[in-house]
Amino acid sequence: MARIDQEGSLVAVIADEDTITGFLLAGVGDVDIRKRSNFLVVDSKTTVRTIEASFKDFTNREDIAIILISQPIANMIRHVVANHNKPVPALLEIPSKDSPYDPNQDSLLTRVKHLLGLV
Amino acid sequence: MSGSTNRYTVPPTVTVLTVMKARLVGATKGHALLKKKADALTVRYRQLLREIVEAKNGMGDAMKGSFFSLAEAKYAGGDSIKHTVFDNVDRATLKVYSSQENIAGVKIPKFESVSEPGETKMELTGLGKGGQQIQGCRKAYLSAIQLLVQLANLQTAFMTLDVALKVTNRRVNALENVVKPKIENTIAYIKGELDELEREEFFRLKKVQKNKQKVAAQELARKEAQAAEAAAAYDTGLMQDNTNGITSANLLTASNDADLVF
Repeated sequence: MARIDQEGSLVAVIADEDTITGFLLAGVGDVDIRKRSNFLVVDSKTTVRTIEASFKDFTNREDIAIILISQPIANMIRHVVANHNKPVPALLEIPSKDSPYDPNQDSLLTRVKHLLGLV
Repeated sequence: MSGSTNRYTVPPTVTVLTVMKARLVGATKGHALLKKKADALTVRYRQLLREIVEAKNGMGDAMKGSFFSLAEAKYAGGDSIKHTVFDNVDRATLKVYSSQENIAGVKIPKFESVSEPGETKMELTGLGKGGQQIQGCRKAYLSAIQLLVQLANLQTAFMTLDVALKVTNRRVNALENVVKPKIENTIAYIKGELDELEREEFFRLKKVQKNKQKVAAQELARKEAQAAEAAAAYDTGLMQDNTNGITSANLLTASNDADLVF
């Protein structure tokens, strides 16, 4: 198994402020020379349009391999999330701090369960 | 297209028959190989499905632990750590390296998270207050990310396999239900035509032989008749010779002889 890119790819995060704080502490945060960051803080004032735009931006960026999106936010832009069917970047729905993780809302998990016959 | 016309439009010759037979062998072999590939992919696919469900359910608990340690850190370090953290973001120290795994010829991207060692600004966060909790929180999130990357692996593999499996199954079905029957129909058609040609040829040869026999019989009959005639003529000739010998014993006496001109 050979590594394709020696440079390494980034992990993008779209979540609430606290979740992002945690991930930034772990060191996933990246701001490049053009002040382009790989995370989006979503609070009550963030519009759906902004979330959609940055989600699309993250999916089109070459240097992002994984996108972590908090589940309530994923529900806000479900139609865009459901349309994402490329293997890379991988889209992961993570539980949010405020709401417990609901496996039934995950678009991928519902498909998996359907295939397994667990529904 | 109906069943009888579902074939290639080819001239029914022996050469084409050989080509078609070779193609049928190729299609059969390809079908067997693709079927094997599809089976291998399905095995892996089913295995993945279970792993994904388990990992997804495990992720909830892992994230809960991370959130709790973040709350601890915030309590110990004050709410201001949030701003410190956001301000300190520079280049990422935690990166994802992708490699490829090969399952029955399907390349599946595989991620591996690597935290670059060395002094980062994040390690110094909370040096004044609540440092231990913040470092604990950092570790909790690091391990959560490891888990998330694993999950991303499974998910990517699932999606790639899903597509590959669909393509392979489509090919298997196409070979089985379209290509092979078409070639078989063509072979049957060519064989039928060749048989037909052979029958025609046989009939023609028989006809020719009959004709030849007829001609030969006629020839024989004619020859026999001729021979009989010749025999009869021989007998009469002899008799004529006898009479001629007497009448023209002396050539000079013949008065009506034509002049010889040189």
